[in-house]
Amino acid sequence: MALEEPTKVQDTRRSVHTTCYMCACRCGIEVTVENEKIRFIKGIQDSPVNKGVWCAKGGAGIMTEYSPGRLTTPLMRRPGSERGTGDLVPVDWETALSTVAGWLGDIRHQDPSKLAIFTGRDQMQTFTGYFARQFGTPNWAAHGGFCSVNMAAAGMYSVGGSFWEFGWPDLDQASWFMMFGVAEDHPSNPLKLAISALKDRGGRFIAVNPVKSGYGALADEWVPIRPGTDGAFLMAMMHVLDHEGLVDFDFLRAYTNAAGLIIRNPGAADDGLRAGNDADQWWVARADGSLGPMAESHGEGLLDGEFEWQGRTVEPAYAVFRRRLAEFTPKMAEEITGISRKTIVRLALEMGTVAMQHPIVLPIPWKDGYGRVHPETIGRPVAFHAMRGLAAHSNGFQTIRALFDLMMMLGTIDVPGGFRYKSPYPKPVPPEVKPRPNREDYQPDRAAMAPLLGYPTSPDDLMVDQDVPIRIDEAYSWKYPLAAHGTIQNVIRNAYDQSPYAIDTLMVYMANLAWNSTWNTLDTRSMLTAKNEDGEYRIPHVVVLDAYDSETVAFADVVLPDTTYLERWDAASLMDRPISEVDGPADSIRQPVLEPPPGVRPSADVLIDLANRLNLPGFVEAGVPKYRDYHDFIQFWETAPGSGVGLLAGFRGSAAEKILVGEPNRSQLQAYADHHAFWFHRLDPAQQYYRMTNQAYLQWAQQMKFINRAEPIVLHFYSEVMQTFRLAGQGLWPGKKPTAPALKKRVATYFDPLPTWYPPFEDQLADSEKFPFRIITQRPMTHYHSWGSQNAWLRQLLNENPIFMNPRAAEANGLHDGMWVWIESRLGKMTGVLRYSDAVEPTTVWTWNAVAKQAGSWGLDPKAPEATRAILINHIIPDTLPTEEGMGTLFNNDPITGQASWYDTRVRIYPSERHEVWPTVPPRVPKDPDRARTPWLKYDASVPEGSSRSGRH
Amino acid sequence: MQLTIITDLNKCVGCKSCQVSCKEHNTSGAFGPLPDRDPYEDADGMWWNRIVTMESGEYPNTAVLYLPKACMHCYDAPCVPVCPTKASYKREDNGVVLIDYDSCIGCQLCMWACPYGVREFDETEGVVKKCTLCIDRIEDESLAPDDRQPACVQSCPTHARTFGDLDDPTSEVAQLVHSRQGFTLLPELGARPAVHYLPRRPAPGLISEELVDERMQSEGY
Repeated sequence: MALEEPTKVQDTRRSVHTTCYMCACRCGIEVTVENEKIRFIKGIQDSPVNKGVWCAKGGAGIMTEYSPGRLTTPLMRRPGSERGTGDLVPVDWETALSTVAGWLGDIRHQDPSKLAIFTGRDQMQTFTGYFARQFGTPNWAAHGGFCSVNMAAAGMYSVGGSFWEFGWPDLDQASWFMMFGVAEDHPSNPLKLAISALKDRGGRFIAVNPVKSGYGALADEWVPIRPGTDGAFLMAMMHVLDHEGLVDFDFLRAYTNAAGLIIRNPGAADDGLRAGNDADQWWVARADGSLGPMAESHGEGLLDGEFEWQGRTVEPAYAVFRRRLAEFTPKMAEEITGISRKTIVRLALEMGTVAMQHPIVLPIPWKDGYGRVHPETIGRPVAFHAMRGLAAHSNGFQTIRALFDLMMMLGTIDVPGGFRYKSPYPKPVPPEVKPRPNREDYQPDRAAMAPLLGYPTSPDDLMVDQDVPIRIDEAYSWKYPLAAHGTIQNVIRNAYDQSPYAIDTLMVYMANLAWNSTWNTLDTRSMLTAKNEDGEYRIPHVVVLDAYDSETVAFADVVLPDTTYLERWDAASLMDRPISEVDGPADSIRQPVLEPPPGVRPSADVLIDLANRLNLPGFVEAGVPKYRDYHDFIQFWETAPGSGVGLLAGFRGSAAEKILVGEPNRSQLQAYADHHAFWFHRLDPAQQYYRMTNQAYLQWAQQMKFINRAEPIVLHFYSEVMQTFRLAGQGLWPGKKPTAPALKKRVATYFDPLPTWYPPFEDQLADSEKFPFRIITQRPMTHYHSWGSQNAWLRQLLNENPIFMNPRAAEANGLHDGMWVWIESRLGKMTGVLRYSDAVEPTTVWTWNAVAKQAGSWGLDPKAPEATRAILINHIIPDTLPTEEGMGTLFNNDPITGQASWYDTRVRIYPSERHEVWPTVPPRVPKDPDRARTPWLKYDASVPEGSSRSGRH
Repeated sequence: MQLTIITDLNKCVGCKSCQVSCKEHNTSGAFGPLPDRDPYEDADGMWWNRIVTMESGEYPNTAVLYLPKACMHCYDAPCVPVCPTKASYKREDNGVVLIDYDSCIGCQLCMWACPYGVREFDETEGVVKKCTLCIDRIEDESLAPDDRQPACVQSCPTHARTFGDLDDPTSEVAQLVHSRQGFTLLPELGARPAVHYLPRRPAPGLISEELVDERMQSEGY
């Protein structure tokens, strides 16, 4: 393994540039090594992501490298021992790999669907997805079903981008910023830099969040909203904006389908679909009364009126939405959200006034998709940001649709000061990739013919056979049709139920499915160990790839130990979740800083080894492996033979002279290493804004293969895709449609082509009043992404988590600060310690997430506070909802995307006679008991191993 | 010259980047290590910079504030005169308060005297340790100019911290203190801390109460 040519400061010291992995932010870091120990980790000044800063997690990466929880050798369950006890014995790599290859080879030959491979927060999903696709199973996804698929999908189905790695509030230019939720998230340092920039300019910051903490603590105004009600708040603000005329009507007419003509023909197969003679064009009505294609109408389409087309009544989408908005008055929203109607009206007036009366005007000429030349670039300096506060609810998709429609109304999509795309976005709405939908597309000994995840554009794209799902997680089924990131949270229960079918092997990479990346945790753990009547496990084989001794490792039959992020080659690719910034595409690499322990291998190398053993197409050609390891794969893999598009966009071509498209370069990784481990291309200013319709940008993007056609991307104010599903639910769609009445009703009800708000499913249950509080979690800035939380330094900053409750609410319920309480949901109950906080609205309680650990896991001593004082609310988050005939298990998911609705959980809280953490699970023996009991850690890289400082004391 | 760090509380989000970058540098630095007791059990380690979280006010008028707290490098540092061995001293050339570990006898009088609770006792070495303003970085001429500042200032993701000479009226820190009503903690105790904080400065609402009241009359609101 070649290391970067070291920058020598002293003989004992060298510095290496790489990409952080303490969370998914992926900052550029410079790691200084002294005496072969990490001396210092700091941000790379010219990194486009973090611009020289680094966070608590980034600096504490030192302790993650030296964690006693690290796995150091392959392990297999001791013959005769029970799964879940963690009774694992070391084996050599050949034994481990040949065992797994044996299982996988049999599966592939019989039925590749019997492999389910699910990953956690891995950042090589292009690769893991390719592995699964070449294997031929449909059953692959990362953790997006738990995480934030509502955010991703609602954005992709609205604007062909989203927040997060796909787009971003332009706080360098905004003067008014509203943030929904967001305790901590990726990209985290960029958000800190952005808020800092806003503050420097005196911009106004509104935090909409049941809890005031972290970023929200800096807000100029706190809007303490009830969880799950943001959609009503957004709809009411749109009501006010429309009523006041504070709407960028020109933007709506020119760049969205708000003027698009919709057929009004209830009960007929064309109801709610677009009018017009062109299959791929929206039609609009013009002032002279004529109807015609939007592209020829140059933004002149009307937003109001009723017209006739081929004997049918048609009207602009905006007119339909206006009727919808009339229902969502500020008064109605006040009752739902707990936010006064006066506040709603005032904030709508603020955002509308700033957007419409205080535009940013940049002296940048550009040409739009109609060929109109704009002498200047107009910006609406109103920006928004949101993540799981909106996403992790069963009404999350429609709530986020509402946010994107609100931004369209304010004309603040890809403009200075507004929401701005990150390359390679915008993509067409939705992006043009979708999995093959039929059972026969997944055959023995064959690769799947299309990527395994994508964006259906009609019910015909669903992965169903009649009503029966094709995927084990039921993604793209009638229950969760637009599950664009899969539904990892459904996997274990379905595999246990052997519904829709039994699987053979569950492979888990970097996902803690037996603890904090699951719900109804105790039942989930028992499903992993459940047996058939014949004594065999219901899930016959579990393979875990991870760097640390997580709770899930105890449930593995085979453990394949991964390296840390400082010991391997890796790519943060544009094809995955890009690290691009708003002004241009970027990607980066990881390179080995230190040699891994001898018994440890990078998981990507291990998967390539398995692919080669299995002779998977794409990996092995004519019996010859194409890639020795991931280093090879990063440099030589292409999306299709000769496409010139691979994992990394920089330094392509034989002489590293090409960007984005170019033949593979066998020195590409070295070129990155020589350039601070990243690549960034700043777009020309005339390409930086209005990219959905900016001709200069679209032509460049087509050449760079970001998009297939240099045609304007019309934003979906109205989602015709959603309407096709509604028609299927109504039995009116000519292709695939559900048959069970409950499925038909569900699809017809929730697939609304326009944003709306409905109560979260938990609120719709008959006994919801018994549980008056909503319980949510916040992600601590020092810990979020829990694989780092066994870290010796970070765990000192937070290692237990009380339940925070508004003091007035507590007193009204006979509770007081410091009291042990029962926290009971409809699923079950658990204990916790109550703490007063005036920074939480009275119907919400909250705690930090992912602090608690199973005693003995993660290399910690069983007496560690994470095991004895911290609580895990996953235990009481309901994983299922009451179901109806024909539905099978109904998971507690959003009905459109399948996003897990963990922020919907309702609880009641009352004094506990039990003054200890409950429930608990039996302790494990720490991986290295001696190190877990180390009395003192005196980390010091300035002296070689085994010696101490001289000349002192 | 009086070197100092100014923290803008209008920008601090409480992320603890500064707390960890301090430890990261200093544990292997000239004044390290910073030991951790029971690191994998009920850990209790040494930190020279700790973030204090404060909540005040009654819901919904609640304020949440984060305040990084380390050695204040006081002009009249109470820790210095109490030291029986002169191990605690204030540099005449730049005002940085330091501890000479070779002279420190671990009596901890200085910890008693410090009004800010920022000195920590190293049981393993029998000496008191604390923030040095990263003097070993500031004075290390082998480092790049950008690295010759305290680690906590360099790492801060919101650029809330500024390093410089408070005695130089043209310096950024002096001007920030002057223009932004910079304040010190517990000024009544007379230690005259060099470390200052800048208060919050909320951006006011943009719509007048009258206009909101007027629009509230609209039908449909």
